[in-house]
Amino acid sequence: MRMKSYLFGSLFLLPLFFSCEVFAPQEPEEYELLDGPVEDLTMAEAKRFIKGDVAFNDQIFTAETGLGPIFTGTSCVSCHAGDGKGHPFVKFTRFGQEFPGVNEYLKQGGPQLQNRAIPGYEPETLPPGAPHTDLIAPIVTGLGFLDAVRDQDLLDMSDPDDLDGDGISGRVHWNTRPDYVKDRPETISKDGKYITRFGKKGKMYDLLHQTADAYNQDIGITSYFEPYDTYSGDKLQSEIDRQTISDVVFYLKTLKAPIPRDQDDPDVMTGKALFGDIQCASCHKPTLSTGYSPIEALSYKEFHPYTDLLLHDMGPELDDGYTEGYAYSYEWKTPPLWGIGLAKDSQGGDYYLLHDGRARSIEEAILYHGGEAVNSKNLYRGLSQTQKDQVLKFIESL
Amino acid sequence: MKISTLNSLKTHLLILGILCIGSVFAQEDSTKKVKENDEQELNMDAVFNRPTLSFDKVPVTLGGYLEANTMHRTEEGITDGLSFQARRLTIFMAASISDRIKFLTEIEFEDGGKEVAIEFAALDVAFHPLFNFRGGIVMNPIGAFNENHDGPKWEFVERPDVAVNMLAATLSNAGFGMYGKTYSGNWIFGYEAYLTNGFSSRIISNEEDKTYLPAHKDGDNLFEDNFSGKAMFSGKLAIKNRKIGEIGISYMGGTYNKFEDDGEAVEDQARVDVFALDWNTTIKSTGTYIVGEAAWIWAETPDTYTQQYGNKQRGLFMDIVQPIYKSKIFEWEDATFNVAARFDYVDWNVGRFKETGTKIGDQMLAVTPGISFRPTPKTVFRINYRYEWNTDILNNPAERAATWYMGFSSYF
Repeated sequence: MRMKSYLFGSLFLLPLFFSCEVFAPQEPEEYELLDGPVEDLTMAEAKRFIKGDVAFNDQIFTAETGLGPIFTGTSCVSCHAGDGKGHPFVKFTRFGQEFPGVNEYLKQGGPQLQNRAIPGYEPETLPPGAPHTDLIAPIVTGLGFLDAVRDQDLLDMSDPDDLDGDGISGRVHWNTRPDYVKDRPETISKDGKYITRFGKKGKMYDLLHQTADAYNQDIGITSYFEPYDTYSGDKLQSEIDRQTISDVVFYLKTLKAPIPRDQDDPDVMTGKALFGDIQCASCHKPTLSTGYSPIEALSYKEFHPYTDLLLHDMGPELDDGYTEGYAYSYEWKTPPLWGIGLAKDSQGGDYYLLHDGRARSIEEAILYHGGEAVNSKNLYRGLSQTQKDQVLKFIESL
Repeated sequence: MKISTLNSLKTHLLILGILCIGSVFAQEDSTKKVKENDEQELNMDAVFNRPTLSFDKVPVTLGGYLEANTMHRTEEGITDGLSFQARRLTIFMAASISDRIKFLTEIEFEDGGKEVAIEFAALDVAFHPLFNFRGGIVMNPIGAFNENHDGPKWEFVERPDVAVNMLAATLSNAGFGMYGKTYSGNWIFGYEAYLTNGFSSRIISNEEDKTYLPAHKDGDNLFEDNFSGKAMFSGKLAIKNRKIGEIGISYMGGTYNKFEDDGEAVEDQARVDVFALDWNTTIKSTGTYIVGEAAWIWAETPDTYTQQYGNKQRGLFMDIVQPIYKSKIFEWEDATFNVAARFDYVDWNVGRFKETGTKIGDQMLAVTPGISFRPTPKTVFRINYRYEWNTDILNNPAERAATWYMGFSSYF
């Protein structure tokens, strides 16, 4: 009789064991996460997305596999945890260029300061007097949509001479680009320059340009695209294969756009209206659309990044005296606001906003705005506390 | 330690050969002498304290154990489904070469024989109970688990994180040293002290992206070359009261980097120091068995390197095992059902970010309740459920994972 009870007990345990999911952590809601692919990828594209995901999130570089010898991070994910915004732990410094044109400190290690080194090597130090700025990594989701916006659409949004008299004079960044990048569909060039759109100053043409440069400047990895070692300046063999870089670019292109939350909340809805009323939406454009993309899931889509991808004068308080490409030091590309409410989940629970993480809250970031955004900032200041809270709640819902 | 990757055929022939030798001799003389736990034993005696087959007129004893299990892991709601694992087959063999001279070895086959590791292969020369020489491939006496890791002794499928992932168990190195024991009433005192090859720079440059002592084991020629050129010292003091329990204090440390190459200084010399405390006891009134280990690691890294690789780590595990039923079941005398629980904690990077002054994350916490059935002390069937939280270096919301295990481990 006793034996039967044991057998019965054992049989009871088996379904318990095989009903594993019942006791497992549940998958977070899709809107809580930044990672994940865009909808409607083909199966072949989904496989490629996963390959890029592994390279981006799991590939750690060591001295044996090409890290450095001088570097700022050991992997893509060290700067972009959870595909989100970076943390000051891996902030990086760019230096050497005060005015549009050429960086005069290229032979002294510019434009990026590799402030870390593998044992036995010395990292770079900032040359005395060199203009510089600190930067933290941006959110990387939804980049494929931004990449697929037609150049003409950016030109249509720009108003460099403020012809409409609204005090906002965004302009596209006409910049040179490396030979290895290919034209995006319907690209527009002028005097050998192209409309570039990635990076805090918008100096990068596309995601291949951005990715190959980041491997090289951030991790010290030479590639077919960027073969020069940041330490010796010598042209070296590739430390990463082209396929991997291509997969990472594909991954970045096909990361889904952040999903807004609480959009039915009355405060959020009121905040959204106020956001437009105080002219934040003049630069943080709520809606853009893509042109043709070889990735069908990105073609001719409307999306909501809250950016115009244009350069704007942000005033003296955000002017660090350093610039890139043909931007001025007081100009910054409008950063997309999508995903900003999830920034804390990739920044260790705290906000580090603006280009260098100096703003510790969304409100603080608003109050740092100057230049073309002074009018909006003042309108924000003029709101009641309730209205301010509604605006902040709306921004946090993105 | 991984010594080489053999092809599958060679591996299977080796296993078959060892088992056949045992089988032939066992047929000639099937006398089995099974050594059981003894109150005289310390953790350091684990290499001797195993059930083995011995044969008349043949000065060789043979034994081993096999571990296999099923596993179902779910991480943040995503699972790869059910998998079956034959984690390890371990063979150990001892030979009395003459009075006072013994040879012992432990060879582990992992991943279906793709990896063969000599965990222990040493010659012991007994001069005096307090003074014995041991040389060869020795297990560094850090913590308790490293020397007392046989699967059938534990109620959990997974090995403790602090022991395996932080202290690199099972860690062995080429070297030599001394060990000994003495007794007084209920008290037993033991010590071990070895000089061996040390760690390598892999511990601060690896694909785990953190200071990770087990990365050292991925190196080549571990039993032939000493990466730093400096000996590593490892030693342990253990004291046991037969009525109370055992406590051990151990240390392991030395230079881990190649600071000179061809006579030229190429790096600043860097040390790694490891300190561990282990304990075990049985509460006589309830039969509750408690075992645990805490460890601290200090690894010197250049200030100009990345804080991704921390210079201080700490960790802890604690098992509580409660027998709940002991009786004859089928033909097994004293078959035992146990309930058990394990707590695992590792902080891979103790400290604060230079840039923000905020606390560095990179922590693991896990709790594992389980039940086990031991038809005999040599065999354990176990069901475990492990729930863990892993925090990244930035202290972002922890990734949660839950794993069910069902498996067995048995000496043979």
